Amino acid sequence: MLKDITIGQFFPGESVIHKLDPRVKIVLTFAFIVIIFFVKTYVGYGLIFAYIALAVRLSKVPMRYIVRGLKPLLFIIVLTFFINVFFTPGNKVLFRVWAFKFTQEGLNQGIFMTLRLALLVVGTSLLTLTTSPISLTDGIERLLQPLRVIKFPAHELAMMMTIALRFIPTLLEETDKIMKAQMARGADFESGNLFQRAKALVPLLVPLFISAFRRADELAMAMESRCYRGGQNRTRMKILKATKRDYVAVAVTVLLIAAILLDSYVL
Amino acid sequence: MPIIVEHLTHVYMPGSPFESLALDDVSFEIKDGEFIGLIGHTGSGKSTLVQHLNGLLKPTSGRIVVDDIEITSTSKVPKRLRQHVGLVFQYPEHQLFEETVYQDIAFGPRNLNLPEGEVERRVREAMALVGLDFEAIKDRSPFEISGGQRRRVAIAGVLAMEPSILILDEPTAGLDPKGRDEILSQIKNLHEQRGMTIILVSHSMEDIARLVDRIIVMNRGKIALVGKPEEVFSCVEELHAMGLGIPQITQVMRGLKARGMDVPDNIYTVDQAVKVILERIRGKKNA
Repeated sequence: MLKDITIGQFFPGESVIHKLDPRVKIVLTFAFIVIIFFVKTYVGYGLIFAYIALAVRLSKVPMRYIVRGLKPLLFIIVLTFFINVFFTPGNKVLFRVWAFKFTQEGLNQGIFMTLRLALLVVGTSLLTLTTSPISLTDGIERLLQPLRVIKFPAHELAMMMTIALRFIPTLLEETDKIMKAQMARGADFESGNLFQRAKALVPLLVPLFISAFRRADELAMAMESRCYRGGQNRTRMKILKATKRDYVAVAVTVLLIAAILLDSYVL
Repeated sequence: MPIIVEHLTHVYMPGSPFESLALDDVSFEIKDGEFIGLIGHTGSGKSTLVQHLNGLLKPTSGRIVVDDIEITSTSKVPKRLRQHVGLVFQYPEHQLFEETVYQDIAFGPRNLNLPEGEVERRVREAMALVGLDFEAIKDRSPFEISGGQRRRVAIAGVLAMEPSILILDEPTAGLDPKGRDEILSQIKNLHEQRGMTIILVSHSMEDIARLVDRIIVMNRGKIALVGKPEEVFSCVEELHAMGLGIPQITQVMRGLKARGMDVPDNIYTVDQAVKVILERIRGKKNA
């Protein structure tokens, strides 16, 4: 049951998208997030859609995985659609239901918001699906490097993220094990009302917290016994280097941004 | 209650890139009151197998019958199965959560909605079975007692469900020799005095040889060998190929025989070995 959680799930592969420099991927994802809010026309959404479809195709991640990421958000997406359709003021009234006006502007707005949300989710999950947690934090650390000037703890932050990501599967496994152990003693996590279910979680959460603290303690001890002391003077075995495909990816994205800005604001 | 496992196959995370075949067409039977040793290399499917026996995992295909309860890939697991088949996980003390030892052991019986008097009787009995002093320890926090005691509290928590089949997944891992011997002798008592069917998962060939009636050897999700200890431990080459060994004392005896001493090589416990060697020495003196 816990295996269905897909937060930050990585889909191992050897595709072009997988091999992109994580720094480039992070920056491009941010650019993508920003530009998607500037799109105002169906043509623009068509371009964005083509861009994402191309990226998904190149990444060779099965469609199932992409769709699975959208599922939990289905309710929010549908709700956003209806709220936008019914509460956007407009003049071209298509039809009325009771006190609600159903306008052309509202319909457009609803479709735009739905597309925007869906594409946002697909675009960002593509980043985590094609970038292993380790290279993701590597990329973040490198990108935050300049902030060291203002004493921003880039390395420490990246280290914390690496550890957190590293322990997600461990803690999931632990949860699964404790859950089973309590179920073997007749615990029931799946029935009862909200209050009963919350109470049923105590036998799961207490051991889980204890083990998380124990693991943290052990890890800190192990790091100290190997003389870990943060980012000072650390060198890396694998130095991130941008290659030709990274420049291609940047170029394609810049073209996309230019096309969208032209389409939405100039033409 | 016999346990029947037929063509049991289990696949983890089917359809994902992480798919793995944990159990591959496993079939066996366990009779009432048997003491079974389950051995196998890490990742051979032992833990997956035992979790099927009380319905925590469901087969991908095949079926398991315990008593009159049948579990297939689609069946709903009745709660009484969990009560019939007690499962003690590895490092069971990690599941303790209550404020007092008493409360923790009572967790299982309370989940069965038993009256408080019955709950107390079961807690007392379960604690006695694992050799814990009820009065001395019942009000203490499970987090302030020793590691060996914690392990026993956790086992008592399963025994308080009064199962007729008890499965223990490496119950002695990480314990000192004294704690280990105590737990093993208590398990032996449960088998001999209560007639419980016991399945013991262990990496210690010595413990297995000393305690069990029959051994099931797992290798890469399949059953590799089944038989009495003397039958299984005579397949030395097969066991080595699977990354398993034979009891140390058996190795000693085989070594002695290879050096020309007239001793049998089917000795599996130290007691047997002492007897045989003494006989040989006395025989020599008399001759």
